[in-house]
Amino acid sequence: MSKPSSSPKTATSRRAFLQGGGLLLGFALFGAGIKPVLAASTAQPVDGDVTAAFAPDAFIRIGTDGLITLILPNIEMGQGTHTGEATLIAEELEVSLDQVKAVDAPPNDKLYATAALGGQATGGSTSMRATWEPLRKAGATARMMLVAAAAAEWSVPVSECVARLGVVSHQPTGRQLAYGALADAAARQPVPAEVKLKDQKDFQLIGKSSRRLDTPGKVNGAVKYGIDIRVPDMKVATVAACPVLGGKLGDVDDKAARAIPGVRDVVRLDNAVAVIGDHFWAAKKGLEALDITWVEGANANLASANIMAALKAASERKKPIMARQEGDVDGRMKAAATKVEATYELPFLAHAPMEPINCVVHVRPDECEIWVGTQVPAIAQGLAAKVTGFPLEKVILHNQLIGGGFGRRLVAESVAQAVAIAKQVSYPVKIIWTREEDIQHDLYRPAYYDRIAAGLGADGLPTVWVDHVAGGSVLGNYIPGGWPEDKLDDDAVEGAAKPPYDLPVIQVDWVREDPPVPITWWRGVGPTHNVFVVESFMDELAHAAGKDPVEYRRALTRNQPRAAGVLELVAEKSGWGTPLAAGMGRGISLHDAFGSYMAAVLEISVSPAGEITLHRAIVAVDCGITINPNTVEAQIEGGLIFGLSAALYSGITFTDGRVDQSNFHDYRILRNNEAPKIEIHHVKSSESPGGIGETATVSAAPALANAIFAATGKRLRTLPFNRDALKTDGTDKKSVSMIPPLAAPLAAALASAKPADTELEKL
Amino acid sequence: MIALNINGEERNVDVPEDMPLLWVLRDVIGLTGTKFGCGIAQCGACTVQLDGRPVRSCVLPVASVGARKVTTIEAIGATPAGKKIQDAWLDLEVIQCGYCQSGQIMSASALLDRNPDPSDRDIDAAMSGNICRCGTYTRIRAAIKQAAKA
Repeated sequence: MSKPSSSPKTATSRRAFLQGGGLLLGFALFGAGIKPVLAASTAQPVDGDVTAAFAPDAFIRIGTDGLITLILPNIEMGQGTHTGEATLIAEELEVSLDQVKAVDAPPNDKLYATAALGGQATGGSTSMRATWEPLRKAGATARMMLVAAAAAEWSVPVSECVARLGVVSHQPTGRQLAYGALADAAARQPVPAEVKLKDQKDFQLIGKSSRRLDTPGKVNGAVKYGIDIRVPDMKVATVAACPVLGGKLGDVDDKAARAIPGVRDVVRLDNAVAVIGDHFWAAKKGLEALDITWVEGANANLASANIMAALKAASERKKPIMARQEGDVDGRMKAAATKVEATYELPFLAHAPMEPINCVVHVRPDECEIWVGTQVPAIAQGLAAKVTGFPLEKVILHNQLIGGGFGRRLVAESVAQAVAIAKQVSYPVKIIWTREEDIQHDLYRPAYYDRIAAGLGADGLPTVWVDHVAGGSVLGNYIPGGWPEDKLDDDAVEGAAKPPYDLPVIQVDWVREDPPVPITWWRGVGPTHNVFVVESFMDELAHAAGKDPVEYRRALTRNQPRAAGVLELVAEKSGWGTPLAAGMGRGISLHDAFGSYMAAVLEISVSPAGEITLHRAIVAVDCGITINPNTVEAQIEGGLIFGLSAALYSGITFTDGRVDQSNFHDYRILRNNEAPKIEIHHVKSSESPGGIGETATVSAAPALANAIFAATGKRLRTLPFNRDALKTDGTDKKSVSMIPPLAAPLAAALASAKPADTELEKL
Repeated sequence: MIALNINGEERNVDVPEDMPLLWVLRDVIGLTGTKFGCGIAQCGACTVQLDGRPVRSCVLPVASVGARKVTTIEAIGATPAGKKIQDAWLDLEVIQCGYCQSGQIMSASALLDRNPDPSDRDIDAAMSGNICRCGTYTRIRAAIKQAAKA
């Protein structure tokens, strides 16, 4: 099975207890070859679970009617996890994917925890890594019990029986029994003590591009996301939190709001106010009609420049916490023939999933029922229990299909808010945040200020590498009392501490400077931040040494076979080194994160006005055994575009304690006409599967920075990239990074215009 | 009462005239396939068709619909272009989270209906008003081209 990686990594793990509901949430960095595992291995069916005659474990239910239900520990939010996890079970259970029904696991930290995350959570590109072994074992265990039941029924040796496509056959006689017919008998079989998993060469489903299970209902409006839930007597609410971060609600005059037809209730919370109506439109109009006085609090003067200045000061003055220190760093730096230094700045980022934050809650006198799409169902349940004062078992949470997570739904503070609103009324209520509320009250990817330096030897290669990271502790938000002052938050240096290069003399440290802004994980977590710095700087070193960027990395990956593998493949497939037209440039990025290796080349052009066109991306990936190649490619395509959006456009800024951005016109997302062509090439691998949901997001910004440098000779070290800095045409016209929002009267005019004019908003 | 023709059915709804069609569909009639994304016609998740033309229903006052026929994602499969688009979407596994895809499919179907052989520029013009946060753009483009050949 899995072999230890050639990458000299060690696993660092850390755990923490989350106060809300006393639930466990930790986080771990995985060294390749260290297998995260699911906690579940018990044969106990769960309360509220799917019941069936044969329920050998927490994941598989086979009814006497032949219905096979797979209870999957990780949530589907577009990344293909349901299909992937069902594939693992089906491979060993010997059924096809069209014979199974996939459902979400109920909240249960004991049965469905991802050990690496310390709780029931979907994130950090851990799902397939965590379930790779346990779900195949679950499938194999169930199959062995079904086969044993058939053998007993026929009084023949087990060795004469074979399972295939949900049927057990007795080979010598050709007798057959379907799984449904065996369900009762299989349930009486002993659970086998030893389970042998298939050899890789015998895989029927793993490695094939099976059809996704979740998509047929997504082409015709049939599937229901959390926001689509409708329960009898339900009302709809929308909410406004204090626009100043951390501020409180003062007075509310709701007279005008209550006069609006369809407005039912106005609900006050400590830091927010909600209006409940018969439908969202009444609630929204009602909210706009409120006369609210906010108590702005300590952040009333907060500005982005202050936050970055505080990070810079901390980086220069505070004593760092060491992440890695090897060799004579100071001595080498003094002795270096050439010293290169640079500073990089990264902004706060919102997640902006397409499905706005929402939650349906009914708080009854003795129980609380919740319908919500969440990456952390057990945490959400715990928070609801805390808000209502009910015991956990009186909080029934139905997890829903998610219209985009990206880390936003790894926190459940909006569920707590929804329960606090619903607690004040007797009827069920669906709370929907406006997009403005979503952008302005997210928990953001932290801003960072990183100083990095290297000394180069006579051959131009680094003899010493020093990376000083400065930023807040994301993990601290998950821990009562915050992250301990003297402890390393590995997330802050993930992607920096162990770059896939031969760098024997290295120091990587972290200065903690928590911003007065709520923060959490964002797609690509630590590596999206750190690899931008590492890979941009690697290019800077190549330039300083007068070497080609690929040649330079090649010289530094002699002992990194998997990194070298993707580097060579991408160089070959991209035609690296072949001439490009004037104004064009190619940039490369290489990294190792989430147990996968990736090299990406981006081909771009920069116009004299500073506008960047993304022509082509060529990606080489080694993600170990590929469970579903089509899904891997989809995640690379989408992940890359997600990262390119951020590099070109995204940055959350603050003025007077308020978020400056509000919607997709000023928090821009890459559009279809801006997306590059993307080619993906696989390095065939028999290593355990690596994570893939975030891998390409990590590649995007550094590949783009390096391509911009190749095209223009300008090194951009601050995200998002300032295209005005790339202008060469002498004009002072600002580059377009914002689309004017539709003012309400304009929107109305546009919407009611003749059909021919409304085809596409001409913005 | 406002009279609407939605997916071939006559509906009378008792709602404020300025209520956007999106919320009439979702919260009054119960057709939840049309999605709320931004509320200001920036993302295209709410796209429906009026007499075959794509419009952003989040900024479309219900009173302005008039006699025009409303088609939503729930019924687009009954049109020849819609069926081809849906089939190509599934065949090329365009979809990830899927939340924006109702709007993408409505825009793409309208494009294909009036332009059986769209060029890349045509696709740019028709599809750049629909944001996909999962980044499925390259497959959307490929699927439109495949549907055009079907």
